[in-house]
Amino acid sequence: MRDLRVLEHHHDDDTAMTPPRLIILALSVLMVVGLALAALSFPAGDARLATLAMAALPQSGVLNPVTAVLLNYRGYDTLLEVAVLLLAILGIWAVAPQARIWIRRPDTPVLAAFVQLLLPLMVVVAGYLLWLGADEPGGAFQGGAVLGALGVLWVAAAVWLSNARRGNLLRPLLGIGLAAFITAAVALLLARGSLLEYPSGQAKTIILIIEGAALFSIGATLTLLFVGGFPRRSDAP
Amino acid sequence: MILAGIFDIALITILLACAWLALTTPDLLRAVVLFIAFGLLAALAWVRLQAPDVALAEAAVGSGLTGALLLSTLSVMQRAEARRKQEHASATTEEERRA
Repeated sequence: MRDLRVLEHHHDDDTAMTPPRLIILALSVLMVVGLALAALSFPAGDARLATLAMAALPQSGVLNPVTAVLLNYRGYDTLLEVAVLLLAILGIWAVAPQARIWIRRPDTPVLAAFVQLLLPLMVVVAGYLLWLGADEPGGAFQGGAVLGALGVLWVAAAVWLSNARRGNLLRPLLGIGLAAFITAAVALLLARGSLLEYPSGQAKTIILIIEGAALFSIGATLTLLFVGGFPRRSDAP
Repeated sequence: MILAGIFDIALITILLACAWLALTTPDLLRAVVLFIAFGLLAALAWVRLQAPDVALAEAAVGSGLTGALLLSTLSVMQRAEARRKQEHASATTEEERRA
């Protein structure tokens, strides 16, 4: 029995500097130094891509260069990113047991009241961040993260949409971002013969539609990552 | 200019200290809290590097959501530990009763 306890103690002590860990530490430091040296050796001021990106900005439909890169120049990458988010949830649902969401009176009325106060405010902030993304830092991922935070608070406060019982609202929410993105991509491919090449003048509208749909999917995905398995409603324990 | 330099050096120092402490503390809860603090400071570093888009994502996902996930994992682990201890305790009393 005592041996077991010693073993357990030894097992728990994962902060000790054992020789293999020291080697890993040394290798990590070496890699950081190497990366830093490589980054510093780049010729300064040689930003051909940045110049090109800034020059094409007036045709991109948005004024924020980051949004232009994400949704216009490299839209294909972002399409796959949205797909990865959906795959992450499907992977979790495939391996994790169902997650119980208790519907009960919260331990403290403060949390529920706080969430009720925050709910409209955070929805407005998420929408504002999405709209702002056209000209300033922001966009669907940032807005979606705000919605995700709202969802986490919601789950923590044990408030759950009564009609989300069998996930009949969740699935469309999770998929709408990717669906809108693929629809836009296929429609543009058929109309113009090139994937995600926006017609000038309509770029802003298309970007806004894709980002608007992605906003809900990202928010729902982040919330469900926190929940774990497929949410199952449970009434008062 | 000098003030900005002092701020940057302080930021880098605190970032490295947070990272080191988060990795070396034996207390998991403290490690998680340090990780969240690290994420928020990293977001500040992104702002200093003039990448506010990345800063927003880092603060929201890297610090906020990952922090919430780690805290919920921690509570699951503690519950499992408590259950194991309880089972262990009941098994020992059973043995004692038999002896």
